[in-house]
Amino acid sequence: MAKQEQPGLLILEIGGVCGVLKGHVELLKKHFHLITMKEFLKNKERLSEKIKSVFIHECRPVIDRELLQSLPHLKVIANSGVGVDHLDLKLISSFRVKVTNTPHAVSDSTADIGMALMLASARRLVEGCQIAVSPQTEHFAADWLGDEVTGATLGIIGMGSIGYKVAKRAKAFDMKVLYLNRNRRKEEEEQAVGAHYCEKMEDLLQQSDFVMLVVNLTPQTHKLIGKRELELMKPTATLINISRGAVVDHDALVEALQNGIIKAAALDVTYPEPLPRDHPLLKLKNIIITPHIGTATVQATRMMTEEAVANIQAVLNGLPIPSEVIPQ
Amino acid sequence: MEEQELPYVLIDTIGGTHGVYEDHVEFLKKHFTLITMKEFLENKNHLSEKIKAIYMWWHKPAANQELLHSLPNLKMIVTSGAGVDHLDLKLISSFGVKVANTPFAVSSATADLGMVLMLASARRLVEGCQIAVSPNTEHFAADWLGDEVTGATLGIIGMGSIGYMVAKRAKAFEMKILYHNRNQRKEEEERAVGAIYCKKIEDLLQQSDFVMLVVNLTPQTDKLFGKKELELMKPSATLINISRGPVVDQDALVEALQNGVIKAAALDVTYPEPLPRHHPLLKLKNIIITPHIGSATTSSRRLTMQNMVESILAALNGFPIPNEVIP
Repeated sequence: MAKQEQPGLLILEIGGVCGVLKGHVELLKKHFHLITMKEFLKNKERLSEKIKSVFIHECRPVIDRELLQSLPHLKVIANSGVGVDHLDLKLISSFRVKVTNTPHAVSDSTADIGMALMLASARRLVEGCQIAVSPQTEHFAADWLGDEVTGATLGIIGMGSIGYKVAKRAKAFDMKVLYLNRNRRKEEEEQAVGAHYCEKMEDLLQQSDFVMLVVNLTPQTHKLIGKRELELMKPTATLINISRGAVVDHDALVEALQNGIIKAAALDVTYPEPLPRDHPLLKLKNIIITPHIGTATVQATRMMTEEAVANIQAVLNGLPIPSEVIPQ
Repeated sequence: MEEQELPYVLIDTIGGTHGVYEDHVEFLKKHFTLITMKEFLENKNHLSEKIKAIYMWWHKPAANQELLHSLPNLKMIVTSGAGVDHLDLKLISSFGVKVANTPFAVSSATADLGMVLMLASARRLVEGCQIAVSPNTEHFAADWLGDEVTGATLGIIGMGSIGYMVAKRAKAFEMKILYHNRNQRKEEEERAVGAIYCKKIEDLLQQSDFVMLVVNLTPQTDKLFGKKELELMKPSATLINISRGPVVDQDALVEALQNGVIKAAALDVTYPEPLPRHHPLLKLKNIIITPHIGSATTSSRRLTMQNMVESILAALNGFPIPNEVIP
């Protein structure tokens, strides 16, 4: 297919902080006429005729009314990643543009990070690594202990495909798995991972040694975990967040960690990202924070681009769309 | 029962960074009269004949010739943890003294640590934590990537109880599991964790994305893993050691990591521990080292203590000894 005949795909840029990964460009160019925002802004009139799709990577380009109005032939906005909380779904829908995400590509790597954070926190891994290399270290103390993950109780809040994969992994560690979800899963699904449904958040919070947040960010889950929820948790418990920063009330979390209301936290996500360098969360001893790396693997990022490409092609060809996001 | 009737057991010390844990003492004193090395040395004449067992916590007190000679009625030495490479089993046996360890108390905690070292290394967790808190961090780069653990191939060298627990956990991550062991496991055991036996270690090394060492340290496994084995590994592979430092030829490992012969390593054990502060392993970027914390959980240590008590009581009462180590 000649370049000009390929449907136009708008991206922010190639490379750089938020840009499309250089290694994925070839894949995109196989199917699309790639147009960067810079190119588009220089040549709006001509290029706006061609752009049928937008590929969003690391929340860029930003989709606002002005952009939507300037793309009369836009059919689909394909997001790389599963979270679409950065998109105004109603606005986009009003322009008759479809939105897709990439739930399949992200689930394994995100579940893996959830497990890694839980284990690293419980076993004090980061601290341990510091001791192992510190110039001050003369011997390893025999009374330096962490907490056992095997056999402990994990409460999963949000049992979608990522949460379910977390449960599957946790089961292999002989963990007792409790879960909270908008809807209860089928019995066979629960049995396969040994998960017990909790009708009420309190039940899950009061019994869990580890509480893991694996929900979407929606108006309903915004600040889902606040002072009340933290106080319901065991003082020996750890909060792990692999969903979105805004699901947790950060001020309440700071206080809870400072006062021993909960034992520790492990966050892959915060708001904002990164946190301001003077944020109190960065000063606490009983927290580990990773720089939103839930899907940061060579394999997952490639799959995300492939999944986005497949979604775009389905929309443009009038075929069933693998992962369309319908505004609620 | 008067305190004097409880069997006399020698320990090194209570508390501090290497002594018997203070919160274990109550349980121990229910069963034994504890004599510290200090008390023993101050009162050898009176105590030497009374001591029936040594409770060796983190290798102390050391069971050397001198100590063994001075304890004529010693029946049992029980040592914490799975390893017995610090004991001269022949020497101890020559005094008619039995030995027991605690392999099972430590297995789940150690298997868990093997898994977290693999995950942390693959996903660059420690590096990531540094970026998240660094004063220089202004944004998170999109092209900062690690490797996927789900679906990768894990080669387990040593499929005893700890290795088997690792396999069970890895299976839930949909890993392909290869293993190399003195003996092949039963078919049902293999199937339960989806593990494929590699009779030749080369086959395991050439196919694995992660190689995990979970063997005992014995004369046969000393420097089991050297230049040849490292070169057989994929250049994209990671070596994880949760067994004992001397199983790996450390000089060969340094060279392999420096030259990209393998991608990375994650070690809970080294020799010595800790490494000298100028050791080249400490300077490498593609390694994470933890301070021998495989069994370092509150519950695992408590279970260890309880197992040790059981073994001593069995030995002193003439019952079959749980976890006895035969030289």
